[in-house]
Amino acid sequence: MGIISRAFQGRPRDHDEKLPPGQYLVHDFPVLSAGPTPRVPLDRWEFAIDTAEGEVHRWSWQEFLALPQETPTVDLHCVTKWSKFGTEWRGVSLDVLMEDVESAAEYALAYSYGGYTTNLPLEDLLDGKAWIVYEYDGEELAPAHGGPARLLVPHLYLWKSAKWIKGIRLLNEDWPGFWETAGYHNYGDPWREQRYQGD
Amino acid sequence: MIKRLTWRVATVTEIRQETPTARTLVLDVPGWPGHLPGQHVDVKLTADDGYSAQRSYSVANGVDGERVELTVQQVGDGEVSPYLTEVLAAGDQIELRGPVGGWFVWRPHSSPPVLLIGGGSGIVPLMAMIRSRGKSDTPFRLLYSLRDPGQLFYARELEKVTAGVEVAYLYTRTAPPDAGRAAGRIRAADLVAYGWPPETAPDVFVCGPTGFVEATADLLIDLGHDPAKIKTERFGPTGG
Repeated sequence: MGIISRAFQGRPRDHDEKLPPGQYLVHDFPVLSAGPTPRVPLDRWEFAIDTAEGEVHRWSWQEFLALPQETPTVDLHCVTKWSKFGTEWRGVSLDVLMEDVESAAEYALAYSYGGYTTNLPLEDLLDGKAWIVYEYDGEELAPAHGGPARLLVPHLYLWKSAKWIKGIRLLNEDWPGFWETAGYHNYGDPWREQRYQGD
Repeated sequence: MIKRLTWRVATVTEIRQETPTARTLVLDVPGWPGHLPGQHVDVKLTADDGYSAQRSYSVANGVDGERVELTVQQVGDGEVSPYLTEVLAAGDQIELRGPVGGWFVWRPHSSPPVLLIGGGSGIVPLMAMIRSRGKSDTPFRLLYSLRDPGQLFYARELEKVTAGVEVAYLYTRTAPPDAGRAAGRIRAADLVAYGWPPETAPDVFVCGPTGFVEATADLLIDLGHDPAKIKTERFGPTGG
């Protein structure tokens, strides 16, 4: 426990077990992005997975929408301290997208329209832990929140859920992404409060 | 392995009221490693039963030894900002760690002109950049969007900024009679009149509420600015 802040009371304690350390609950949906919001026309939208071995798997918007869909309901945790519970999405599981992809790679780098990147171990994208989503709360995903489609990896801090996703590159070596080279933690587990490098 | 950012104990040495609902906390932070203008810190408050709350705040001053200044705007239903703006007093201590963030920063050795566009308390990290400019040759232009003259932070200091920094005030609700611009939200004409043309390839920093940043970034791109040169920092109605 740190020093006591004189006369600080804080909000009523709800001892919510769903709230990771250092987080607080919000009911709106804040937007955090490092640059302007890119506008991606659907007729030019494409999602790709390229393997460390040089294979590329591509989906147009139409092909992507034809894949089996899931509707995950998940809690979000942003490194800027807010958490939001019970968010409802529609999208395609990475398990579906990776089904025909053969690779010995252990790492992944998600990259986006607009140039954003974020890295994570490949296993964190598999086994029902990650989706490419295109609907939020029953509506098409707004550009400010990552539309037309974004990565959703809710068990890690939200910067790992790359907005405006363009593709995922599978790599034999870990390749730090945008925030990971700007002082933020390489893995970003909210339950271990891995906010910054060295946490 | 990079060393963990440790929590440090900061002592409030001075408090300056900026507006009726915002004030600058001048902190003495022993061991402070220094920061770049635009970086932020995490502040942690702890109640006597061990409950703690953390929030992030931009650093307002340029690097100055172990002195760190934060300007905090009170958020109506906030948990931390009402404490920082109303309860905290000189001599009190809070915990702080940082500096954090290596993207929304101006590096004084960079040479292109700098365009700073702040909405409301989004002025804070931009002010750190102005204060860090020193005797640099890099020309700065600041567009400061605020509701009315009563919301102005750093009034006296901005009045007498040095040559090389041009300041334009964009009042959104109520403009003073001599403003020379009708009150209203930021528009393309403001960026043309008070900003840098895209051909000069300025480094652009936009900070403010989400709607303000979204609108401003879109206007900049429509005018021909390179999206890759536009750095943004957004904050929502929550926080505080």
